[in-house]
Amino acid sequence: MKEISLHILDIVQNSIAAKADSITVKIVEDLTTDTLVIEIIDNGSGMDKELAERIKDPFTTGRKTRRVGLGVPLLYDACTRCDGNLKIQSERGKGTTVIAWFKHSHIDRAPLGNMIETILTIVMGNPEIDFIYIHNYNSKEFRFDTREIKQALGEVSINEPQVLSWIKGFLEEGFNSLSGGAEK
Amino acid sequence: MKSIKDLEEIRKKTLDTINLRKDQSGIRVVVGMATCGIAAGARPVLMSIMDEIKKNELADVVVAQTGCIGMCRLEPIVEVYRPGEEKVTYVKMNPSKAIRVINEHIMKGKIVDKYTIGAEEK
Ligand SMILES: Nc1ncnc2c1ncn2[C@@H]1O[C@H](COP(=O)(O)OP(=O)(O)O)[C@@H](O)[C@H]1O
Ligand SMILES: [Mg+2]
Repeated sequence: MKEISLHILDIVQNSIAAKADSITVKIVEDLTTDTLVIEIIDNGSGMDKELAERIKDPFTTGRKTRRVGLGVPLLYDACTRCDGNLKIQSERGKGTTVIAWFKHSHIDRAPLGNMIETILTIVMGNPEIDFIYIHNYNSKEFRFDTREIKQALGEVSINEPQVLSWIKGFLEEGFNSLSGGAEK
Repeated sequence: MKSIKDLEEIRKKTLDTINLRKDQSGIRVVVGMATCGIAAGARPVLMSIMDEIKKNELADVVVAQTGCIGMCRLEPIVEVYRPGEEKVTYVKMNPSKAIRVINEHIMKGKIVDKYTIGAEEK
């Protein structure tokens, strides 16, 4: 994938497929330790320890339409190429946490890319899921939480066009507040 | 600075329009959002569809996402459902092709033949 934000969108699709109703994406960029850490936490159906170990290897998948799963192996490959790694913690009936990390300055590391499009895609496609995004850049923090938005909206759906425009603006301000820091 | 309080205003305005929006078109646009779709550019395709729908105030068109359609090499794939018509599958999409599908197929009922799976397979 050309952007880490595309990997994130893809890994979140696994949480959606696992029927999670709450998904948290947490990004920590720490330039002093030169690390970029991404956590994707869901409360979906989870999987056995054994499967959680195996899915980094591309010759495994839970689906029948294709013989090999691709999403997790692609991210695993991207991490290990950048002096990082990937870990999956999962428990059946409880949920799954995927932790991926990279050496921040690694020459082969893809840019984070357009996180705003990734968040909008997740929110508009899954209005019923609570989605929380936390981005920490050198200990400055930006948070986005659809639970607060839904509460303010009452009976109006979060994927109404006007609401999505507001969310886009809110995210733009949030990412700007992290930078001249967080890369685009 | 945007604040959650802005949403109160949006809520009031949107409630009015929702109440007016009785004539549901029943049109559905579905974008494949599995690994192969995402890698091939499904996300910007979805964004351009949303922007075009907003621009033309097509509030009664439903946009949805789906998992693997099983034709990875033809991604990004966009399916259009109109009531009473057969599903149309558009393949190898990009943002400008998607805008054209909205303008012609969704808004005028004219299928953009050359982007369909039928044209691709010929
Ligand atoms: N968050 C999750 N919750 C439950 N199962 C998961 C999760 N993530 C991955 N899996 C399991 O691992 C498999 C492989 O995932 P992935 O590499 O993304 O390939 P694919 O999604 O195409 O099957 C999935 O099919 C699923 O069985
Ligand atoms: Mg997957």
